[in-house]
Amino acid sequence: MIYFDNSATTKPYKEALDTFVKVNEQFFGNPSSLHHLGIQAERLLTEARKQIASLMGAKSEEIIFTSGGTESNNLAIKGAAFANRHRGSHIITQQTEHPSVINACRQLEELGFQVTYLPVDSEGRVAVQEIAQALTDETIVVSIMHVNNETGTIQPVKEIAQLLQKHPKALFHVDDIQGRGKVELNLDGIDLCSLSAHKFHGLKGNGVLYKKKEVKLSSLLSGGNQESGWRSGTENAGGLAAMAKALRLTEEQRAEKGHVMKDIQLFLRTELEKMERTVIHTPEEGCAPHILNFSIAGIKGEVLIHALEEKGCYLSTTSACSSRQRKTSTVLTAMGLSKSAADSSIRLSLSYGNTIEEAKAFIRLLKETIPNLTKVQR
Amino acid sequence: MNYDRILVRYGELSTKGRNRNQFINKLKKSILHVLRDYKDLKIELGRDRLFIHLNGTPFEAVREKLRRVFGIQSFSPVVRTGKDIEEMKAAALELVRRNFSEGKTFKVSARRSDKLFELDTNEINYTIGSHVLRNLEKLKVDVKNPDINLLVEVRAEGVFLSCEKYSGAVGLPTGASGKAMLLLSGGIDSPVAGYFMLKRGVEIEAIHFHSPPYTSERAKQKVIDLASKLTEFGARMKLHIVPFTAIQQKIQEQVPENYTMTSTRRMMLAIADKICKQRGGLAIVTGESLGQVASQTLESMRAINEVTSTPVLRPLIAMDKLDIIDVAQTIGTHDISILPYEDCCTIFTPPSPKTRPKLEKVQFFESFVDFEEMMEEAVRDMETIQLPEEKAAGEFSDLL
Repeated sequence: MIYFDNSATTKPYKEALDTFVKVNEQFFGNPSSLHHLGIQAERLLTEARKQIASLMGAKSEEIIFTSGGTESNNLAIKGAAFANRHRGSHIITQQTEHPSVINACRQLEELGFQVTYLPVDSEGRVAVQEIAQALTDETIVVSIMHVNNETGTIQPVKEIAQLLQKHPKALFHVDDIQGRGKVELNLDGIDLCSLSAHKFHGLKGNGVLYKKKEVKLSSLLSGGNQESGWRSGTENAGGLAAMAKALRLTEEQRAEKGHVMKDIQLFLRTELEKMERTVIHTPEEGCAPHILNFSIAGIKGEVLIHALEEKGCYLSTTSACSSRQRKTSTVLTAMGLSKSAADSSIRLSLSYGNTIEEAKAFIRLLKETIPNLTKVQR
Repeated sequence: MNYDRILVRYGELSTKGRNRNQFINKLKKSILHVLRDYKDLKIELGRDRLFIHLNGTPFEAVREKLRRVFGIQSFSPVVRTGKDIEEMKAAALELVRRNFSEGKTFKVSARRSDKLFELDTNEINYTIGSHVLRNLEKLKVDVKNPDINLLVEVRAEGVFLSCEKYSGAVGLPTGASGKAMLLLSGGIDSPVAGYFMLKRGVEIEAIHFHSPPYTSERAKQKVIDLASKLTEFGARMKLHIVPFTAIQQKIQEQVPENYTMTSTRRMMLAIADKICKQRGGLAIVTGESLGQVASQTLESMRAINEVTSTPVLRPLIAMDKLDIIDVAQTIGTHDISILPYEDCCTIFTPPSPKTRPKLEKVQFFESFVDFEEMMEEAVRDMETIQLPEEKAAGEFSDLL
């Protein structure tokens, strides 16, 4: 099996699974319980929080545990909008954001907020200048992702953070769900930042919202005031400890194998470029090392995915979250691609576990597959 | 261009005559404790200042930690260049540029201990100053009261430049004034009292009274966290946890309700005194503030203090509650202190404790029980924790 769908989800590390099982066997107490079992679970959470904070370059009290990326994005955007509606009602984002950002914004529009969805250039990048122009006295939230989940394009987050220093009223949220563990991100000037455990070999159902200390949010889940009141609900201690471990291991892998991943990406890019009718949508400069988005003209992405699957290769068309709806990728059309080019797009996404041999095998299989498909489709 | 070392100027201890070397060594120990995570640092001691050689450690990483160390007047990150005037000019410009904003003034203060250097002090001032001025528009010179004072020191081993100065925590290095026992309850005041004594160079061992099942493991953990917080100010700390349930129960049985508080405090102080003697302490520190609660009236203090002749230091005695809270917030203990767990001082509090207890009466009430034996037992059974704890992290290390 060649698994090249790591942006959809990654295979959990064995070590992370071990942690999950062990915590649920030995430290299953409710972290809020008064007795020893509860206190043990609470202490474990404290340590997990400390580890994640230190890996992110944050303080422990700035880490809110959530159920995953979608919740983190919703809590960041809606929570910040609700808590700051007396200061303004305008939100800025851009068109290639993940659905959990775009649809949270759409919901806020229904509630009376104004949202600006800025366009991107042909590489999928938003212009800092456009954000500067879109900012008004009413702007309370700017939400821009770090790494795009379909193309791997890196957004100019650092420059946007600098721009927003002059607009203290506007909180800056960064969706770093695809970037974490692959592309360095400095939290300077960032108020809110979302992570998802299963994108870095943790388990599904765990995420982080980094919230700078002084930032106020309205919580979306009311209840027993866990997570300092920002997010109620009994903590999933096993999953959260597994996430802390997975993040540590991923950062170790990045230090050790970051260049290998880049080499594999470059190899794949070079080989694909040599092939006829192939167009690569992931920009050459300013992209994450793990994503490669491309089209083969005349072949529908979905058909190619299934054909490759028969040979044991797993890839995606658009993001897994959008592909079920069988819609054309809005990310690619926002970058100016035609509907047919977007419909034939394929996303290949790597993990540190992938090897150059797998990449070579994949190219060989792809070359075998394409002629058969073109015969039929013509 | 990276900082090579940090120049640390001593605080009050520069005036300490013969004890000076001992003080400087305590300061070194404090700095090494606070910066223990950075293995590459080396400290070089001098007569009225010391250098921390960074050896590649970023200055920004250690800056905030260093600001908490008592005994430091101020410190400055220093850049080192070769004895080459072009190199010096470039470094000087970069340093001033980093600290410059429109309207600021500057001057160059050169010193030359290497008399073989091609330029003399005035020439260095002139050459460097004019280079910086030419390259930074709107920078002005003010030799009397500059915003940016660029120090340039030419020594045999190289040239050292610096222009940033950070104020230190002043006070005296921990341990320079001997050892005392701190009664640490879990409330807001006692950690602040500990902080003030640390600032005057006192080495602290903390004492906490634990009364399970009336007080919980969380209350104990809270005190461990508070004491750990205090270790950020330059020294490791021992925390003694004294089992206190039996004595508290006995007081409830034996002493009339309105005197239980007075008696409880007397037992605590007496036990603290025993530990103090055993540990070689010179004083006992409490977070009492005059008139704050029933046990902190002068009459109460007199009745309670009677159990010992060891000096009882009360650094907060004349402070208002709001000012104490301010300090607690600055030193980071406030948010731990306000966690809502019952502690040894809040359980069994009578509805109306005596604010003017009579010493003779309390002595009489206590005379029917051999509290001495119970106190000896409590001291024997106490648990001592060395802080900061390495254990908490290690306990779960296979899971994380």
